[in-house]
Amino acid sequence: MNNFSYLNDLIIPGGIIIAQIMAVLMPVLISVAFLVYAERKVLALIQLRRGPNVVGPFGILQSFADALKLLTKENIVPANSNKIVFLLAPIITMVLSLAGWAVIPFSPNWVIADINVGIMYLFAVSSLGVYGIIMAGWASNSQYPFLGALRSAAQMVSYEVSIGFVIITVLLCVGSLNLSKIVEAQETVWFAIPLLPMFVVFFISALAETNRLPFDLPEDESTLVAGFFTEYSSASFVLFFLGEYASMILMSSMTVILFMGGWLPPFDIFPLNAIPGVIWFVIKVIFILFLFIWVRGTFPRYRYDQLMRLGWKIFLPLSLLWVVLTAGFLIVFDMVPNSL
Amino acid sequence: MYLYSITFYIFSLVAVLSALMVISARNPVHSVLFLILSFVNASGLFVLLGAEFLAMILVVVYVGAVAVLFLFVVMMLDINFVKLREGFLQYLPFGALLGIVLIVELGILFLTKSFSENSLSQFVQSPQINEVENTKLIGQVLYTDYFYLFQISGLILLVAMVGSITLTLRDRGQVKRQNISSQNFIDAKNAIEKKKIKLGEGI
Amino acid sequence: MIKYIKSFTLYELLQGMFLTLKYMFKAKVTINYPHEKGPLSPRFRGEHALRRYPSGEERCIACKLCEAVCPAQAITIEAEPREDGSRRTTRYDIDMSKCIYCGLCQESCPVDAIVEGPNFEFATETREELMYTKEKLLENGDRWEQEIAQNIYLDRKYR
Repeated sequence: MNNFSYLNDLIIPGGIIIAQIMAVLMPVLISVAFLVYAERKVLALIQLRRGPNVVGPFGILQSFADALKLLTKENIVPANSNKIVFLLAPIITMVLSLAGWAVIPFSPNWVIADINVGIMYLFAVSSLGVYGIIMAGWASNSQYPFLGALRSAAQMVSYEVSIGFVIITVLLCVGSLNLSKIVEAQETVWFAIPLLPMFVVFFISALAETNRLPFDLPEDESTLVAGFFTEYSSASFVLFFLGEYASMILMSSMTVILFMGGWLPPFDIFPLNAIPGVIWFVIKVIFILFLFIWVRGTFPRYRYDQLMRLGWKIFLPLSLLWVVLTAGFLIVFDMVPNSL
Repeated sequence: MYLYSITFYIFSLVAVLSALMVISARNPVHSVLFLILSFVNASGLFVLLGAEFLAMILVVVYVGAVAVLFLFVVMMLDINFVKLREGFLQYLPFGALLGIVLIVELGILFLTKSFSENSLSQFVQSPQINEVENTKLIGQVLYTDYFYLFQISGLILLVAMVGSITLTLRDRGQVKRQNISSQNFIDAKNAIEKKKIKLGEGI
Repeated sequence: MIKYIKSFTLYELLQGMFLTLKYMFKAKVTINYPHEKGPLSPRFRGEHALRRYPSGEERCIACKLCEAVCPAQAITIEAEPREDGSRRTTRYDIDMSKCIYCGLCQESCPVDAIVEGPNFEFATETREELMYTKEKLLENGDRWEQEIAQNIYLDRKYR
């Protein structure tokens, strides 16, 4: 209290935090641009097309050109919209999709905040993501966005339930909510192998949670124009777009941490474990992202009632059953981790 | 330490202001949004207290699920709020009474000796990683000492759920339903029937 | 029973995904348009051109058959005898915004003067630029003569 100095108590700790945040967010934002490019390229390959190939070598700078184009355009705010909420919605989407990165461990001790409830934090942040969409839909004061927002809200709330149960199954096997501990628990075997059905349920729910095809009903082009961001243009559109793809990457890193052993190499043998953990982490995230895009290129969109049916009548009972089975298995074979 | 107190004041200030805005905002949707803001700030305060599990549960359950349904209902229902507000002042004495009771109770808490001994300042520390995670602590208490209460509260929720389902479920006999698995399991052999039709006779 | 196993192991979905994975490595069907171009038939009907004889004399003798046959009435011709007594056009305009590229003009032409060449990249920024005059058409003819002559040669059997 007495020897308060701005430098030691405020600027240096604050500066370190800001530097850490920048060190994580800059690569994330840049990788969003490359993810958009990769998505267009992979979809083009699946559809026997060429995809973007003009801007930069192999068109690699296409997303930057698109972002630049969008940012130079006029930001149109509809006259009947609720202006503050309308402008706040994309900001919230963007901020929430970036906030989750605070707890992602890229490698041992490579994490901004190694909190004890890391997985709960990720879950909370991803469940808050619905507000950006619902606010956008309501504030636009127009039919398509509103329908999109309602669809999205119902969809995200229902798939969160099964995601929650899947997370509980993993936590039963780990005994901690700390993300680094979850990764360390997979030293012998990745959870994707013993918990394969849960891995599939989690991946499909992640598709629904991030509004990706085949569950992209909130932004369903053929019936709702662009869904909740129909009225958006320019910078606010860019924010939505960035937020959506950043949360896609976040969900894939969550999948990697929960089921694919985070930074751990697939086998603990010489040439594989010499590669740094970050690189393994990135490779796995890229693989999951490729799955996201691959699924998009393969399957048609679900009908809305089938989507709800899948969430509530199939995934929820299945994941609930699996929680009970896993718990029973762990107790019977006396494998409960961290027993008290 | 100073960073810590700054964050504390920011969180509590925003929480109180947004709570005020919840009851004073004209637009009901704005009210709900302010309610969410106040929830989030309350969970921030929980984190500052070191109760990170409670904070996350608050966000996941209240903000992530309950408030979404709230917002849903408020957005969908076309309520005339001007009319609802007409009798606003007549509830003022009752509301004021509730407020006074609450303040008095809080005051008693602050003034009692037992509270001041292990005063708030003891708990208000920077969120260090505790020896035992408070998730684990809550679990230890919840599933041992308060096990029956925990089960009973679960049962109450179950009864509420069963009640709301029985209230809303109607069996409308003639509704045709899609049986997706039976549709999926059709194959060409039993779905198509070949018939010989003689000329000029039809089926 | 097998069907239940199939539906719970997502067999059909995986089958679909492997199909798309196979397609990913197939040859692409699109071409890299401004740099690569698809093949054109010798009968392709693109931008119009007025041809000349190898001597440099323009072919058109102002018979106005094309003007008469043009279903869109896009062609306007005015003609009078030249000093040397030969009959030539003084004005030969094609309104490219009217033209429907039916090719009747080149079929009706007795001297192969008006032809539709292989060029299809003549988009303009203004409507005025699409009102082709005689000079423009002759210039087109000079520029594309080689390709046009080749196309007429290739198509000779069917004329």
